[in-house]
Amino acid sequence: MAQQKTGLVSLEEGGFAIFLVLLAFACIIIAGKTFDQVMAFHAGLGALFAAVSVFLIFKNFFDDGGEPIPAEIDGKPNYNMGPVKFGTIAAMFWGLAGFTVGLVIALQLAWPALNFDLPWTNFGRLRPLHTSAVIFAFGGNVLLATSMYVVQRTCRVRMPGKILPWFVILGYNVFIVIAGTGYLLGVTQSKEYAEPEWYADLWLTIVWVMYLLLFLGTLWKRKEPHIYVANWFYLAFIVTIAMLHITNNLTIPVSIYSTKSYIVWSGVQDAMVQWWYGHNAVGFFLTAGFLAIMYYFIPKQADRPVYSYRLSIVHFWALIFIYIWAGPHHLHYTALPQWASTLGATFSIILWMPSWGGMINGLMTLSGAWDKLRTDPVLRMMVVSVAFYGMSTFEGPLMSLRSVNSLSHYTDWTIGHVHSGALGWVGYISFGAIYCLVPWLWNKRGLYSLKLVNWHFWLSTLGIVLYITAMWVSGIMQGLMWRAYDSLGFLEYSFVETVEAMHPFYIIRALGGALFVVGAVIMAYNLWMTVRHGEAEEADTTPVGSLAPAE
Amino acid sequence: MSAWKKHEIFEKNSFVLLVGILVAVAVGGLVEIAPLFYLKSTIEKTEGMRPYTPLELAGRDIYIREGCYLCHSQMIRPMRDELERYGHFSLAAESMYDHPFQWGSKRTGPDLARVGGKYSDDWHVEHLIDPRSLVPASIMPGYPFLAENRVNARDIKAHLSANAIVGVPYTEDQIENAVPDLRGQAMPDSDAAYDFEERWPDAKVRDFDGNPREVTEMDALVAYLQVLGTMVDFSIYDDAANAR
Repeated sequence: MAQQKTGLVSLEEGGFAIFLVLLAFACIIIAGKTFDQVMAFHAGLGALFAAVSVFLIFKNFFDDGGEPIPAEIDGKPNYNMGPVKFGTIAAMFWGLAGFTVGLVIALQLAWPALNFDLPWTNFGRLRPLHTSAVIFAFGGNVLLATSMYVVQRTCRVRMPGKILPWFVILGYNVFIVIAGTGYLLGVTQSKEYAEPEWYADLWLTIVWVMYLLLFLGTLWKRKEPHIYVANWFYLAFIVTIAMLHITNNLTIPVSIYSTKSYIVWSGVQDAMVQWWYGHNAVGFFLTAGFLAIMYYFIPKQADRPVYSYRLSIVHFWALIFIYIWAGPHHLHYTALPQWASTLGATFSIILWMPSWGGMINGLMTLSGAWDKLRTDPVLRMMVVSVAFYGMSTFEGPLMSLRSVNSLSHYTDWTIGHVHSGALGWVGYISFGAIYCLVPWLWNKRGLYSLKLVNWHFWLSTLGIVLYITAMWVSGIMQGLMWRAYDSLGFLEYSFVETVEAMHPFYIIRALGGALFVVGAVIMAYNLWMTVRHGEAEEADTTPVGSLAPAE
Repeated sequence: MSAWKKHEIFEKNSFVLLVGILVAVAVGGLVEIAPLFYLKSTIEKTEGMRPYTPLELAGRDIYIREGCYLCHSQMIRPMRDELERYGHFSLAAESMYDHPFQWGSKRTGPDLARVGGKYSDDWHVEHLIDPRSLVPASIMPGYPFLAENRVNARDIKAHLSANAIVGVPYTEDQIENAVPDLRGQAMPDSDAAYDFEERWPDAKVRDFDGNPREVTEMDALVAYLQVLGTMVDFSIYDDAANAR
């Protein structure tokens, strides 16, 4: 706080401050007037976060004395990496939390006593905590952090705004906290991957619009005339998620003081909207966004150019156009009209092509650098992620065929499929990106230990394989048992007999998940040691001989 | 190749890229979602469908709150083994008042689309309190707290109003009397029950949880479970007329 001479509050600072003050007041009023205890808690949290943010805006204003932030330092762009660092750490934190909750619910299915007969710990309330934590908290922070990193670096310009980037990353994490605490307290819309209620959805919409402005704003300022391919995927992800989120969350609250709302859609129309949303949450949040990560981090780490520019054009447009149609494959043989089910299956099969186009582009980028798979475990993890991507995007279309789906629907096979994509593709490409980012962001020579990365990789991969094979067996078994007839023409198995048959596979799956969690703990330790004790990049201080990197 | 060069317009102009993306991603949704609203054949003509009573709605909200849909589907498919195990395949009409739908996507436990009337109220109460007391191999969690908690009737009227706004055909009378109706449906010997039956002639009035002193969350959830799949009378439903 050296200088007391300050300029005027900028439009940006003033605008955010006024908005947050009004928000804090609205939250306090709602907290005071509501009879709903959970609403009181959440409104209270909202008021607290808003108040603290206003305080930070003004503290920051007085601290820098109104000095503008330079766009360049020593001729190089003065990138804003603070929010990227926050997002990276948040991703790791939420990842560990989300994977652990996953392990807990897996154990509950094997040993139901672990539900403890309490509302806050039962499977039904914990499952959305797991799915949201891994998709939105872990995946979302990975996407926010990497997109902020990639768009700045590929545009060679600092992202706009002093408060805006922090509003986005912190605001997003506030959404996560509200959603997560809500689930445990019984606040849910029962729409898969869209469980948060109306007020959390409204907040996310505001944060998301700001995110779009931040991303577009960086593109507008760019020094490179061409927009790099990774940014097409990030933009498609941001824009499509906005469309999906708004449409699938159009609800009428019971009152402004109530956490509960009712969605405008019902029955079969709601089913279609839900799975148009649900499949495209996978397609755009978990695929397009992470393909963007693939397109930046794999070429960067391999030090090779992307394999084919033309392939990236074709598969980008084909992917984003076709993915949207696949939703009805979640509704085969239901009360959804058959024409819609046919469209869903057909387009899901067609989708195989642009998906594998992406896989080929990612894998073939290693052309001329294949030996790095032996020596660079971070690159190996990212390449294996693309292999899992290929596997999932083959299995998916297969399961989208009505005949296959008649067996697989409602079974554990769906869960197996989800997790090979989620752990193998999304998890590994995220881990790879974070392993790259941490040394770059904290200016370290490299990771603390490549040996630990290897341990992480092999333990997790063993975990994934145990997980998915257990679910393939249990899923197909369930499907077959449900439709089995005995020689007299009666159903062979009662439902509970099929549940009993699942038990050993639930245990194996939990073991697989546990290995995945252990791998993530190893990663967190490695990253912690890198940040705290890693060797600094660039010999800024006098070189003291060559220090052997920690191994 | 000049065609590839044309792509530059998307790469050099973020606004063009944005519009291109929006157009590409809007098509599929419009084609698959919009017709479901105007094609009359989407929802079958049936008799018997009615909105949920206040107690049943409260029960449905508890079903949603506890995440029951995560393990139980409510959508019977037109396959031989399902018809035999669960009953007539589910019609689109049967979930037309479900905001949101509860078709589910997983059967860790059995489908519940036609569980209404299959088991006694007492069975449901015991099963919800401790599933393994009735089904030893079950992996379902226990919900004993439902029998202890009084159902929250304070804003049930606003719940019905909100549903009416999104298209559920509650009458003014039904909305106005939501609170006494909620209590009346679970207290068979009360005056409120008599009035309830006038506004809801097809609904069942019973002391669902076996505890006549209070209207608990258990009453609500059991009332909801007991109505599932029972509204349409399949002995008079015309399958052929509604074939698509």
